[in-house]
Amino acid sequence: MLRDITIGQYYPVASRIHALDPRTKLAATMLYLLSLFMTDSVAGYAIATIFLFSVIRLSRVPFRFMVRGLKAIMILLVLSVSFNLFLTPGTELFGIGFIHITYEGLFTALFMAVRLVYLVLGSSIMTLTTTPNALTDGLEKSLGFMKRFGVPVHEIAMMMSIALRFIPILVEETDKIMKAQTARGADFESGGLIQKARAMVPLLVPLFISAFRRALDLSMAMEARCYHGGEGRTKMRPLRYGKNDMHAYVIILIYFILMLLTNLLPF
Amino acid sequence: MNIIEAAHIFFDYVQKDENDQIEEINEALSDLSISIEKGSFVCILGHNGSGKSTFAKLLNGLSLPKEGTVLISGMDTRDESRLLNIRKTCGMVFQNPDNQIIANVVEEDVAFGPENLGVPTEEIVRRVDDALKKVGMEAYRLNSPNRLSGGQKQRVAIAGVMAMKPECIVLDEPTAMLDPSGRRDVLRTVHELNKKEGITIVHITHYMEEAVDADRIIVMDDGRVVMDDEPRKIFSRVDELRNLSLSVPQITELAYELRQAGMPIPLGILTREELLQYIIPLMKRAERKGAGADA
Repeated sequence: MLRDITIGQYYPVASRIHALDPRTKLAATMLYLLSLFMTDSVAGYAIATIFLFSVIRLSRVPFRFMVRGLKAIMILLVLSVSFNLFLTPGTELFGIGFIHITYEGLFTALFMAVRLVYLVLGSSIMTLTTTPNALTDGLEKSLGFMKRFGVPVHEIAMMMSIALRFIPILVEETDKIMKAQTARGADFESGGLIQKARAMVPLLVPLFISAFRRALDLSMAMEARCYHGGEGRTKMRPLRYGKNDMHAYVIILIYFILMLLTNLLPF
Repeated sequence: MNIIEAAHIFFDYVQKDENDQIEEINEALSDLSISIEKGSFVCILGHNGSGKSTFAKLLNGLSLPKEGTVLISGMDTRDESRLLNIRKTCGMVFQNPDNQIIANVVEEDVAFGPENLGVPTEEIVRRVDDALKKVGMEAYRLNSPNRLSGGQKQRVAIAGVMAMKPECIVLDEPTAMLDPSGRRDVLRTVHELNKKEGITIVHITHYMEEAVDADRIIVMDDGRVVMDDEPRKIFSRVDELRNLSLSVPQITELAYELRQAGMPIPLGILTREELLQYIIPLMKRAERKGAGADA
């Protein structure tokens, strides 16, 4: 079950989206996420749909990989859809007992669902087509100006990329500890919330100990390979904008303006 | 010329309680002197707690000795201004393959060392290519390390060290967590680097079989060197090794037991072929004798 986390899972194929500079993808993803909140019209969602699915096609990542990320927000999705569906006042469509579904509610719920799904799909495209290292490189470079205000940008970026690297390892370890404790009679399934939380203790304690041990090992391995902070570091793949990045910026800007314009439309 | 020159080293592990009071001092190394010749393949053997890993960490300044000096290519590990140079000269591979891979893509991990050293971009690409080829992992360049086997991960870790152009690689039980095929791959890679590239190898292990092909074996016990010789001579001293709770390679043990039982087999047999060389004539003679008796 824990294996379904798509974030940080790079899908290695060669595509135009993969080849873009991570800064371009970051900016584009930001604009795309923003655009989803700027529109409320059918036309807007139509444009977003076309845009999203063309990018997915271009990225050559199989669609099922994209959808995996959705499982994580299932509960959120169901909750927000039902709240919107049942609690929006307006013209009643039909009602049974205390449940009333309104025309407005149906629309808001639908839009909300689409918006949430598109948010996740949009950000999955970025994480699936960008290696986490490239992503943190992109962040490090775009936020580099903050170094002047004393923000340790390099260190934060390094920490993020290490965290991403260790997520799958720790997930596997959690699985192993869980099995080991179950074999010795631990019960993670039954009981109420408090009992379940208490059952997590024999899982979390060994997990934390092992995480600390790994951190110690890793810091030693990094030192052994001459790591001494961000100063004087070079890059194997320094970030350089190419022609395609300029095209991508133009396309995303046109898309964003179109999305803004949909607000002027009557539907 | 000696690449590693460790003289009269003492090292303690100090355990402190919450109030910073010294609770316990464990002497890990005492008056240890080891020098290692450039280009050689040295195996350090010893059971758990013999101080072999502690010694490894002294070799690139990850820890400093309490007393004594460690010189790497003539550079003192205490000299902080040369620390990067020392670490670049004497690379290190650790036991757990997962805990030493930093990046999420194989090639980025191999590039980590040279990036830290400030090597120019084109040169890094060349070195990464080269290093991956040398360990036979060039096909996995763009893979995620999480999808590799343990042996493959260790070879990536070795490539990561190779990309720093070291003169010496210290491997601290690199095969302890691997399956037999991964172990073989790692060993073959290390031997190739020693022969083809002339890299000095210090291989710390407790698998006796892995030490057979070394140029020299150093046996440590209780923070001291107790034996230091070529493999054949070391593995001739079966009883002494047993007293140190170390075993000998299986084939050596078999030959030793046969000798104890009265067969004319010399000490220090290291390979199956060698043993067969002595056993086959014996069997043939026995056969002839048997045939003679029948007639």
